[in-house]
Amino acid sequence: MADSIKNYVLGVFEDEDVLLKAITKVRKEGVNIYEVYSPFPVHGIENALGYNRSRLSIAAFLFGMTGTCLALTMMIYMMTIDWPMIIGGKDFLPFPTFIPVTFEMTVLLSAFGMVGTFLVISDLKPWGKAKMFDIRSTDDKHIVAIELEKNKLDKTKISKLLKASGASEVNEKQMD
Amino acid sequence: MHVESKIRTPLITGGKSLHDVSNDISRRVEDKPSVSWLIALGLSLIMLLVGGYAVYRTLWDGIGMWGLNKTIGWAWDITNFVWWVGIGHAGTLISAILLLFRQRWRMSINRAAEAMTIFAVICAAMFPLLHMGRLWVGFFWALPLPNTYGSLWVNFASPLLWDVFAISTYFSVSLVFWYIGLIPDFATIRDRAVKAGRTISASVYGALSFGWNGAAKTWSRYETVALVLAGLATPLVLSVHTIVSMDFATSVIPGWHTTIFPPYFVAGAIFSGFAMVLTLLIITRKVYNLEDYITIKHLELMNIVIIVTGSIVGIAYITELFIAWYSGVEYEQYAFYNRVTGPYWWAYFSMMACNVVSPQLFWFKKIRTNIAATFIISIVVNIGMWFERFVIIVTSLHRDYIPSSWGMFYPTMYDVGMYLFSFGFFFTAYLLFSKYFPVINMAEVKSILKPTGETKKN
Repeated sequence: MADSIKNYVLGVFEDEDVLLKAITKVRKEGVNIYEVYSPFPVHGIENALGYNRSRLSIAAFLFGMTGTCLALTMMIYMMTIDWPMIIGGKDFLPFPTFIPVTFEMTVLLSAFGMVGTFLVISDLKPWGKAKMFDIRSTDDKHIVAIELEKNKLDKTKISKLLKASGASEVNEKQMD
Repeated sequence: MHVESKIRTPLITGGKSLHDVSNDISRRVEDKPSVSWLIALGLSLIMLLVGGYAVYRTLWDGIGMWGLNKTIGWAWDITNFVWWVGIGHAGTLISAILLLFRQRWRMSINRAAEAMTIFAVICAAMFPLLHMGRLWVGFFWALPLPNTYGSLWVNFASPLLWDVFAISTYFSVSLVFWYIGLIPDFATIRDRAVKAGRTISASVYGALSFGWNGAAKTWSRYETVALVLAGLATPLVLSVHTIVSMDFATSVIPGWHTTIFPPYFVAGAIFSGFAMVLTLLIITRKVYNLEDYITIKHLELMNIVIIVTGSIVGIAYITELFIAWYSGVEYEQYAFYNRVTGPYWWAYFSMMACNVVSPQLFWFKKIRTNIAATFIISIVVNIGMWFERFVIIVTSLHRDYIPSSWGMFYPTMYDVGMYLFSFGFFFTAYLLFSKYFPVINMAEVKSILKPTGETKKN
C-alpha cells in the first residue's frame, strides 16, 4: 500500500447540509466514498457514510473496570494484608474509605485508556504526518475523497455526479 | 435533522463565515507579540521571580519561614490551595457538564476556561507540596511507593491522601480533555502556516497536531471521546472539591466538622471559578477583539451561574450558623460565635459582603449585562472566596480547646511571597497560552455558525 500511488477525485463542498445530501446521493449511485474531511464535526455524517457507532465507550468501560480492580487490589493489599493497622478505630478492611481512591483510579484509567485507544486507532501521534487531500479542509471546506480504482464509474461520471449534487469544485489528486 | 427555534439569537454574532473564524482566532497566534503582551508577560515574570525567592527560602530554611504556629498549623498555604483548586473548577465544569446539558454557548469559552483550570490546579498543588517541607522525599509520603520502613504504606483512610489522588486525576484528565480539543485547531494553524510558507510554525504546530486531517471517521470517534470524557469528568469535577472539603469535614475541629461541606464547597468552587473565567475573558475579549465570539449573552449566562452558586454559598453560610446554634454543642456554638464576633470578624464580614451581597446585584439585568460591573464583581467574588477559606481555616483553629494555646495568625513576607509566586505562575502561563494557543475552540465554533441550518454567509 505504501508505494502504490492511487488516484482520487475530490469534491469540494461549502455547506454541511449540501454535503450531507450529496453524500447520500452519491452513495445511492453506487459510488464508494473513501473518506470525507471536514473542518468541524458534521452531525449525521457517520449515518450518511454508513459508519458504525464508535466502540470507544466500551473501551472506556473496560479500562475503567481495570482501574477499579487495580485500586481495590492495591488498597486491600496495603491496608489489610501487608500491614494491617487500626486507624481511627476503623476495621482492617475499611471499605468506605476506599471509595474515593477507587473512584479516582477508575476515572483516570478509563480516560487515559480511552484517549490512548482513540489516538492509536486513529493513527494520531506526536509528529504524525497528516494525510491531507486538500489543505482547506481544516479551514472552511468539506472534501469528499473518492478513490477511482475502487469504483466502477469513471472519472467524468463521478465528477458530474459531484457537481450535480452541489460540489463547488471537483479536483483530482494522486496520493499514496 | 437539526431544528432550532427561529427566535433564538445566534451565539456568534457578526455574520462570520468559516474562514473568518479561522482567521480571527489563528491570527492571534501568527501575529508578532504585541508590546502590551510583552509588558504583561514581563510583569508576570517579575512576580514569579519575587515570589520565587519566597519559595527558595521556604525550601532552603523550611516552612518555619511562614507565619504558622503550634495552634494555627494551616493558614495562608491551605487557604491558597483551596482557593486555587476552587478556581480550577470552572473549566472542566464548562466543558463537561455544559456539554452533557448541550449548552452550546460553552463553545466559545471552554478553551480558555480549561486552560485556566489547568494552570489554577498547578498553582493549587504547589501549596500542599511545599507545605510538606522536604519536597524531594514527598513522593514517599504522598504516593503508595515501597520504602525501607517495612514497607509502611500511605494511609488510604486519610482524606489528605484522597486529595492526592483526586487532584492528580483531575489535573491529568482535564489536561487530556483540553489537549484532545486542541488537536483539530492545531491542525488548522499548521495548514495555515504551510500555506503561508512559515516552516517553523508549520513544523511546531504539525508536531502538536498529531497528524490530524479531519477525517469523518476520526471526527466521529472524537465526538464519542468528548462525550465519554465529559461523562467521566462530570462526577470527577464534583468529587475533587468534595474531597478537598473532606480534609476539613472528617476532622473533629468545631467549625470544620460539618456534613454540609461537600455541596457547599462545590458550589463555592464553581462560583469562584466562573468569576475567574469572567475576569480573564473580559480582558482577553477586549484585547483580541473577540466581541463577536464572547458576546454579552455569554457574560450574562456566566453571571447567572454566579447568582445561583453565590446564593447556594450564602444559604450554606446561614445554615452553618443555624446548625451550630441548633446542635446545642457548646464548642460548635463558640466556634461560630467567635467567627462572627471574634478578632477575625473583619474577615467574616468581608466574606459575607463579597460572596453573599455582591453577586445579588446580578439580579438586575442592567448590571449583569454591563461589562465594567461584571469585571469588578468578578474580582470582588474571588476576594470573598479567598476570605471564605481563610475564615474557615484560621478562625476554626485559632481558638484551641485550651485558652492558653489561643493565638493569632500573622503572615510573614514569605506567606505573601508564596501567594505572589502562584499569581506569577498563573499569569505567565495564561499569557503564553493566549499568545501561542488558539484561545477559542475554532472547530466547535464553526459547527454552531448556522443557527437555522438553512443559510450561511460565505
